[in-house]
Amino acid sequence: MSSRSNILAAVLANQPDNSPLPDVSIFNDLYTSEDAVERFIATAMGIGSSVHRVAGIDEINKVISERFTHGPVVSNLSGINNALAVDDDNYHAADVELSVFKVRLAVAENGALWLTEEDIQKRVLPFICQHLALVVNAANIVGSMHQAYERIGNARYNYGTFISGPSKTADIEQSLVLGAHGPRSLTVFIID
Amino acid sequence: MKQSTMDHAARANDFNRDEERVNWHDETLWWIRQKRDLSVNRLPEWEELREAASQIKHNALSNLHGYLQAFEANAIANGVKVHWAANADEHNRIVHNILKSHGINRMVKSKSMLTEECHLNDYLAENGIEVIDSDLGERIVQLANEPPSHIVLPCIHKKKGEIGDLFHRHLGSAEGETDPQVLTETARQHLREVFLTRKAALTGVNFAVAETGEFVVCTNEGNADMGAHLADVHIAAMGIEKIIPLRKHLSIFLRLLTRSATGQPITTYSSHFKTPAAGKEMHVILVDNGRSTQLGREDFRNSLKCIRCGACMNTCPVYRRSGGHSYHSAIAGPIGSILAPNLDMKQHADLPFASTLCGSCSNVCPVKIDIHDQLYKWRQVIVKEGYAPEAKKLMMKGMALTLSSPAFYRFAGKAGRTVMRLAPFAAGNKLNPWYNQRDMPEAPAQSFAEWYKKNRL
Repeated sequence: MSSRSNILAAVLANQPDNSPLPDVSIFNDLYTSEDAVERFIATAMGIGSSVHRVAGIDEINKVISERFTHGPVVSNLSGINNALAVDDDNYHAADVELSVFKVRLAVAENGALWLTEEDIQKRVLPFICQHLALVVNAANIVGSMHQAYERIGNARYNYGTFISGPSKTADIEQSLVLGAHGPRSLTVFIID
Repeated sequence: MKQSTMDHAARANDFNRDEERVNWHDETLWWIRQKRDLSVNRLPEWEELREAASQIKHNALSNLHGYLQAFEANAIANGVKVHWAANADEHNRIVHNILKSHGINRMVKSKSMLTEECHLNDYLAENGIEVIDSDLGERIVQLANEPPSHIVLPCIHKKKGEIGDLFHRHLGSAEGETDPQVLTETARQHLREVFLTRKAALTGVNFAVAETGEFVVCTNEGNADMGAHLADVHIAAMGIEKIIPLRKHLSIFLRLLTRSATGQPITTYSSHFKTPAAGKEMHVILVDNGRSTQLGREDFRNSLKCIRCGACMNTCPVYRRSGGHSYHSAIAGPIGSILAPNLDMKQHADLPFASTLCGSCSNVCPVKIDIHDQLYKWRQVIVKEGYAPEAKKLMMKGMALTLSSPAFYRFAGKAGRTVMRLAPFAAGNKLNPWYNQRDMPEAPAQSFAEWYKKNRL
């Protein structure tokens, strides 16, 4: 017999009687979306992100031009100054200074933003860049992870990730260091 | 990594030689426990979340046969290659064969306690394949040729001076450099080169969803994603107990995991891998290695609910003062002490005794595993099976005799108090292991029974 059938046979023989799933919908309405933007900002800043509320692309460009002046910028958003399109062949991912992505979902309780392969096209881009900026509409910030997965629902994605701040580590004597392997900073733009 | 035959107590004794380090270890882990409390106390629904998580895991274990097949079918439909490994050796051979078929002899690996359990790195090294661990803490212990001492904080037993020395010798940082910022930057540059040049990456799995065939990997550093996205071949290794039924259940587990582990509301990255990227390969290895046996042990099956947050270690008064290596098992601490005897009862017979049974582990466990009850139950199994050390057996016989005879009990208490009063050196010496790191208590003049006789109304 193969290991597959051996394992499955042992599991079937040893698993206990069926125990029902709990109703997890009770958690869905614990957080209102009214103060979600304020709560998102407080949480995201608390874990090391910088957050800007902006009216539109011009303000985003202003912040970017002040803070990120070295090396290539890549974006899935049109209108970012000097940015290469994600699918442009004229850059190496490893050289990217700043990636700017418009995303469709963010979560107030933990400051996380949801990116899918559809948004970023190349999976490595939000990780390999030196700095990351994510843009989200205020209306797309939900209160909790329960609401986030309600929104995601049965969506088909090849790859998706919640990102909640700059890459970080505290492995050396519990001293927090930003910029472990991934982006050294995360800037979030909330469009009202 | 070589394991000597010393038991937990002897290794703990070793760890306690450096008092300053033990105190730092103890206080740092307690500080992390306090951060967990702060974070948890912000959620009024915390207890309901724990209960829901525990019930979901129970449902998953009770339908594991069906869920495993559903996960497999969905993963295959997503373009993932699925492998089954009955034990550690088969797991290691599967990884090796995947690498061989691509002619790859260098791999980058993010954190996977399962590969520690299987001793994958040693196996691959013997077969001429270089593995570099990419989590900073794991890279540090790898350079020191040691196993991780904590599942979330692999090098919590190391001081920055030692890490600076390791980096100076292996990565070329300046001699005497101990600034965590500078040392992390050194590792960042070194590992970036590794990520960019390795054609295969192995990651662990935090959760695998039966409904969709996707799996989720959580890191703060981004090392799992860097490795997996830059490689041509991504191998994900998971124990069969990592299955959860539905995608929406991730909301419960992702809320619990990091709050319990470090007090963060979520890890920086929670990545959902569903299909291989265009032109690349993705493999999932489903590993049993004793888990189906544990599933059949009614008293111990709840241990399979574990989501590897490490909260039970951070809170454990024994772990904090004895260090992860004293457990001589891939997973240390209270949870490791109930998992390890399932794999090899004789070799790990000492671990369920490395506990005060205070119950703090069960109180913080995000999936409500009855850890301290299981420790207590393992002790009985181990003694019954004849694996308790002779000295402990003798001591327990002595205790049984004393406690079953009131007259002898009174005599023994009196004798103890008299000796402690008149000849404290009889207990306060090096032959008494209790005395090594503690002061002996002052003996009262009389027992409670004697006091009660005199003072009752």
